[in-house]
Amino acid sequence: MLFHRELTENLGVCSNCDHHMPLSARDRLLSLFDNGVFTEVEVSQPNADPLSFRDQKRYPERLKTAQRSTGEKEAMIVAEGEIGRTPIVAACQDFSFMGGSMGMYVGNAIIAAATRAVERKRPLILFSAAGGARMQEGILSLMQMPRTTVAVEMVREAGLPYIVVLTHPTTGGVTASYAMLGDVHIAEPNALICFAGPRVIEQTIREKLPEGFQRAEYLLDHGMLDRVTHRRDLKEELVKITRMLLNMPPPVKGDLPAPTPETENTGVGEPTDAKPTAATET
Amino acid sequence: MNYLEFEKPLAEIEGKAEELRAMARANSEMDIEKEASALDKKAQQLLADLYKDLSAWRKCQVARHPDRPHCGDYIEALFSEYTPLAGDRNFADDQAVMGGLARLNDRPVMVIGHEKGSDTQSRIERNFGMARPEGYRKAIRLMDLADRFNVPVVTLIDTPGAYPGKGAEERGQSEAIARSTEKCLRLGVPLVSVVIGEGGSGGAVAFATANRVAMLEHSIYSVISPEGCASILWKDAEKMREAAEALRLTAQDLHRLNVIDRIIAEPLGGAQRDGQTTMKSVGHCIDDVLNQLSGMSREEIIQDRREKFLAIGDSGLAA
Repeated sequence: MLFHRELTENLGVCSNCDHHMPLSARDRLLSLFDNGVFTEVEVSQPNADPLSFRDQKRYPERLKTAQRSTGEKEAMIVAEGEIGRTPIVAACQDFSFMGGSMGMYVGNAIIAAATRAVERKRPLILFSAAGGARMQEGILSLMQMPRTTVAVEMVREAGLPYIVVLTHPTTGGVTASYAMLGDVHIAEPNALICFAGPRVIEQTIREKLPEGFQRAEYLLDHGMLDRVTHRRDLKEELVKITRMLLNMPPPVKGDLPAPTPETENTGVGEPTDAKPTAATET
Repeated sequence: MNYLEFEKPLAEIEGKAEELRAMARANSEMDIEKEASALDKKAQQLLADLYKDLSAWRKCQVARHPDRPHCGDYIEALFSEYTPLAGDRNFADDQAVMGGLARLNDRPVMVIGHEKGSDTQSRIERNFGMARPEGYRKAIRLMDLADRFNVPVVTLIDTPGAYPGKGAEERGQSEAIARSTEKCLRLGVPLVSVVIGEGGSGGAVAFATANRVAMLEHSIYSVISPEGCASILWKDAEKMREAAEALRLTAQDLHRLNVIDRIIAEPLGGAQRDGQTTMKSVGHCIDDVLNQLSGMSREEIIQDRREKFLAIGDSGLAA
């Protein structure tokens, strides 16, 4: 048996089997930043339904449903703050919002994250989680592949680290653009990471795929990742890597002093208790 | 001539005219010319009607027509001194991607494109134009070579998409596509892309992140195939007509969305009815665009490309 509270304290990892459960973008940011303090970076709002797309439902309805169920505006949150006293910009994709799918908003979010990282000379850490491109935005979702690649180029040219944490699942056009262009690729255990999903491949080649195919460990074996890291150790590892790449002294271990309260601009508290209170910086 | 499903009535009329002429050839006393040319006229009118306002799904069928000129045909028709360059220096030479140095009206260029093949054997060899990681890595290598020697790059896009295979995944096709897109963005030389048939998803973007993107009138460019989209969003692959419509994958819609820069007109009845004329128009377009871009510095070329992509999405279809 697993208690909800225990699971929350364990960052959504099962204490019996180490299974990494999905984490919402906001919970992840709250657990990532020191004392859960971060400031959101504003993302420019694109045309909400550029194609007037309609399948069985109208796209704006799907968007509204996702907004209601997640309490979030879109599938990515951009934030800045400190991890282990190291200032960073983070972009975090939310799989619970329409499968984390990459449309104009996610593209704009990554561009906003890169721009802020360059302005403030901070490393960019991106957490990917997506089924791929958002079909309801048609070609414009596909165009996020080059657009986000421009963002990655901006960070690289500024001489700043760009670290990608690939979480379950990262697939399709997201994997084939910014998620595979990191200076360092870290994945969470057993995360599915691929371009074409296993079902599509099985249908195409008509044979069963090997156990663990396209999982993080498999990709590590095939040279596509630098590391597979348990969620518990992730933050420490990110701090270590960014500080070394930036030629900063080693992180100070132990308790950090409480931050100066900036209650209006911060989301503070226990990961899952916290309501999305972090205000937006303009 | 391979007729598409919606061209069936046309096939009938053209078939009849052909039959009459065959009969006349066998029997010289028959005078059928009047009748036959009436049929010709009727066929021509029907062709004009059919192609006047093609639905998105019909465009997909035309874009995939087996008789359309393919990459190899363009290279032969438009370029001289074509010298294929092979291999990714890592694993293999991907036959789905053609590429090499060539001259377009005396100007040296690096031409790269997807080749679908033209009969069963060559289609299998070419993997139906679906590149594996080696294909993108070959393209990256060729783009790099062109960049270092200041040779503009021309890409011809015609692919159903990346190949959903086990080996392709194991060898990192996501990374290969991402790096190829990145390479396109880094080129200090002009990059011009023409979608000549199917622009399928990531496989297309990897070559088409260009300063200028042109599309043939009846070609398509999409994030996913209509069949794939239908099976995911409608849970029914047979809803591809609806999906094709919703995806806005035609050259006309993409031009309205400012995703592409030019539409190249096709002869009446599509490129498959007159490959030579089509290829000539494509050649003119490439030459024209290269002339336009030729005065720019390396930095300007890179900046131009970045700005183009960053600006995409500012206008919707409604605007």
